[in-house]
Amino acid sequence: MSSMYAENVIDHYRYPRNFGRLEDPDIKARDVNPLCGDEIEFDIKIDNSQQVKDVKFNGRGCAICIATSSMLTEKIRGQNIDEIEKLSSRDVIDLLKIEISPNRMKCALLPLAVLKLALENHRNKVQ
Amino acid sequence: MKSKKLNLNIKKIRSDFPILSQKINGKDLVYFDNASTSQKPLSVIEKLSSHYKQTNANVHRGIHRLSEKATEEYEGVREKVRDFINARSTEEIIFVRNTTEALNLVMRGWAWSNLKKGDEVILTKMEHHSNIVPWQFLQQNGVRLKFIDLNQDGTLKMDDFDQLITKKTRLISATHVSNVLGTINPVKEISKMAHDNGSVFVLDAAQSVPHMPVDVKDIDSDFTAFSAHKMLGPTGIGILHAKKQILAETDPLLYGSDMIKEVGLTKTVFTDAPWKFETGTPNIADTIAFGASIEYLNEIGMDKIREHEKELTEYALLKLSNLSGVSFYGPTNPEIRGGVISFNMNNGKIKVHAHDVAQILDEDGIAIRSGHHCCMPLMKFLNVPATARASFYLYNTKEEVDRFVDALEKVKSVLKI
Repeated sequence: MSSMYAENVIDHYRYPRNFGRLEDPDIKARDVNPLCGDEIEFDIKIDNSQQVKDVKFNGRGCAICIATSSMLTEKIRGQNIDEIEKLSSRDVIDLLKIEISPNRMKCALLPLAVLKLALENHRNKVQ
Repeated sequence: MKSKKLNLNIKKIRSDFPILSQKINGKDLVYFDNASTSQKPLSVIEKLSSHYKQTNANVHRGIHRLSEKATEEYEGVREKVRDFINARSTEEIIFVRNTTEALNLVMRGWAWSNLKKGDEVILTKMEHHSNIVPWQFLQQNGVRLKFIDLNQDGTLKMDDFDQLITKKTRLISATHVSNVLGTINPVKEISKMAHDNGSVFVLDAAQSVPHMPVDVKDIDSDFTAFSAHKMLGPTGIGILHAKKQILAETDPLLYGSDMIKEVGLTKTVFTDAPWKFETGTPNIADTIAFGASIEYLNEIGMDKIREHEKELTEYALLKLSNLSGVSFYGPTNPEIRGGVISFNMNNGKIKVHAHDVAQILDEDGIAIRSGHHCCMPLMKFLNVPATARASFYLYNTKEEVDRFVDALEKVKSVLKI
């Protein structure tokens, strides 16, 4: 059986959670992995206490990339943006609960990179 | 489906390639990434090692026996290459690192000083990045790039040439066989159109010379580029063939030793082509081993290799067209198609990424390529971020194609599409 294509990964890939766009997001970022052609965008709404009120993602990518994005939206909903700031690569791998081969690591880590970029955009805007 | 007997003695051929007998993930390796690089027969591996064991010395320098022997072997490969592509003279055969370097040499060594502001270069939309990116530098000098469009079946819109070729067109460069679509382009015709217009024709033969008979005299290309590693040879050695007259107008990329006749403190007289373009101690061992790969291909026969790949491709395309959820690109006529099949999988709703296909096939020991194949403009034309690609060579079999197609069914079940 395919170790990388575990039940939970396939489920999030086939039925991605929070897929789509938000109107007037407070935070937004998009990035691509030109080598794969993966493209992920996050739209985030936060409340006054800097908590994620709503989040959606859209784009295209492989099963690993889509599943990770989907899982991340679930993970960060309700989180404070300081908590998101602290998310590490390890946290993403833990979410997936699978062994990722080195050449697929970039697929798993693109969504986190886009999230971090979104936060950076937000910081720059606030400043 | 029972396989038809092929011309080649595949069992014997396969036994010549040590790497093919290994298991990957517990399964017999199916190597379908030949457009990327080919595997090497024992004769090539042994030639590399025997050179270092018995004939290693620098070339073109020593008086001693070893240097003489190394030079003889090294220059002998130039003749083998000349014969292989039917060039007029060994003076037209330049050893470079690979196809990319060969095309860069044409751009920097010839086009850079010969093309002026307002001049035009014509390329096609199916080119590898190696045959696009170098030419983009000419834009700095005001040279304009124009591109031949493609038909939906992945062939060139030949009528475009009539419209795009003008008096200002100085150079046309095109691939012989597309590394994504497999399309075999009518390069003899393009070459003639170029010459009728007084333009130079550059042929990217990276995907043709390894797989079919290629005759540069017949095609009449001014420059022709290809790599040894895609034709059973070692990495790090490639060929630029150039007609003698145009070579006289070409500058070297590198300056230094081994390319000179006489050096003074402020002035140097360069030696003749082809050595003028091969500065410094060259890649002696790999070049010598490359000779063994040409010998191997000659022994089998390029006609037979082409026939074998044509048969495999036809067989694979037929099987793929019976498989739901698989769309493949490029011409369906095997006469104008090399042994390259790019494809994508989807179930209408979910478009499977090529990386997932390649990953799941790898678990069955099947090596295919996935990604943009260094053809991002072509991916844009196909309107896909990437494709999966299977590419064949003389050692591949119909049984392997069967395993490949079975594994595609497995992709569907793993991804539940």
